[in-house]
Amino acid sequence: MLHTINKSPFENITFETCIRFLLPGDPVLFIEDGVYAVQAGNKFSSIISNLLKNNPVFALQPDLVARGLAIVTEGVQTVDYEGFVGLVEEHQVNSWL
Amino acid sequence: MKIGILLKEGPYNHQASDTAFKFAEAAIKKGHTVDAVFLYNDGVTNVTKLMDPPQDDRNIAARWSELSQKHGFEVLACIAASKRRGINDDVLVQGSAITGLGTLTDIAIRNDRLVTFGD
Amino acid sequence: MENENIKKIMHVLRHAPHGTIYTYEGLEMILIMAAYEQDLSVVFIGDGVYALKKNQDTAGIGIKGFARTFMALDGYDVEKLYVDKLSLEERGLTEDDLVVDVEVLDAEVIGGLMKEQDVIIHH
Repeated sequence: MLHTINKSPFENITFETCIRFLLPGDPVLFIEDGVYAVQAGNKFSSIISNLLKNNPVFALQPDLVARGLAIVTEGVQTVDYEGFVGLVEEHQVNSWL
Repeated sequence: MKIGILLKEGPYNHQASDTAFKFAEAAIKKGHTVDAVFLYNDGVTNVTKLMDPPQDDRNIAARWSELSQKHGFEVLACIAASKRRGINDDVLVQGSAITGLGTLTDIAIRNDRLVTFGD
Repeated sequence: MENENIKKIMHVLRHAPHGTIYTYEGLEMILIMAAYEQDLSVVFIGDGVYALKKNQDTAGIGIKGFARTFMALDGYDVEKLYVDKLSLEERGLTEDDLVVDVEVLDAEVIGGLMKEQDVIIHH
């Protein structure tokens, strides 16, 4: 099950909520304002690092670039829209709107 | 793979329609079939031809119209949601239509994936 | 063989009622899908649990109330109503505060149910 998160964790608890329901191995993809969660050195970095122990974490590269975010928390992988599609090929999707 | 898309947010106010569009383009490029895009909630306002953004901005309705006609899928606005928001057949762009939630159920049943975009 | 054509579809309600239309239109979608004899479930997470709160009276705000419609879901054979335990507790609510009978489940259990689904729609 691929979980997508599109809200900034600074103004919305979607991220906090979503991670309670993850099963080990479920990939998480941050898109749109969700990508602010994976900026290196922010207050969510330790949560992301913790998450990475059991779950692969991805962020949509065009959304990072659009927001001027160059450096992501170590271990977070970036994908383009085709990479997003690739994740959807492998998993059913749970879009946490 | 056959993919259905559910778009639950209107144009411009939120990035949802842009992301859904980019996702649809990428899926098609990778050889997948986009079966249909279903519009719900404020999403139904993505296909009105009355949309007329500034020249230097994307025209979201025109863009969905072109992509859907080029690749043979329909952009389907929920009738109940459309009626609430003043969308009817007269204002629809080519490639779009108004239909019921039963159609969304069929889309959910017949596709390998239903991917939701919204706020 | 017959079961192969039945899809598991989960609706996740996460918004409070009235402030936005998501829960109301979500419920409309659930009612239509119920007629298609799929394996439907409805999960209430976060502010979504407020949709089930007893004693809602929307007369004063001029918006149609719909809490009672959840009571009709049973008649549409939508019997799998799940509530996230923590969401309920965080809001100082118990099952007695809700208009319908639900199963209160831990997040891990709901996560396991999510994993089984063919389609998940958040409202």
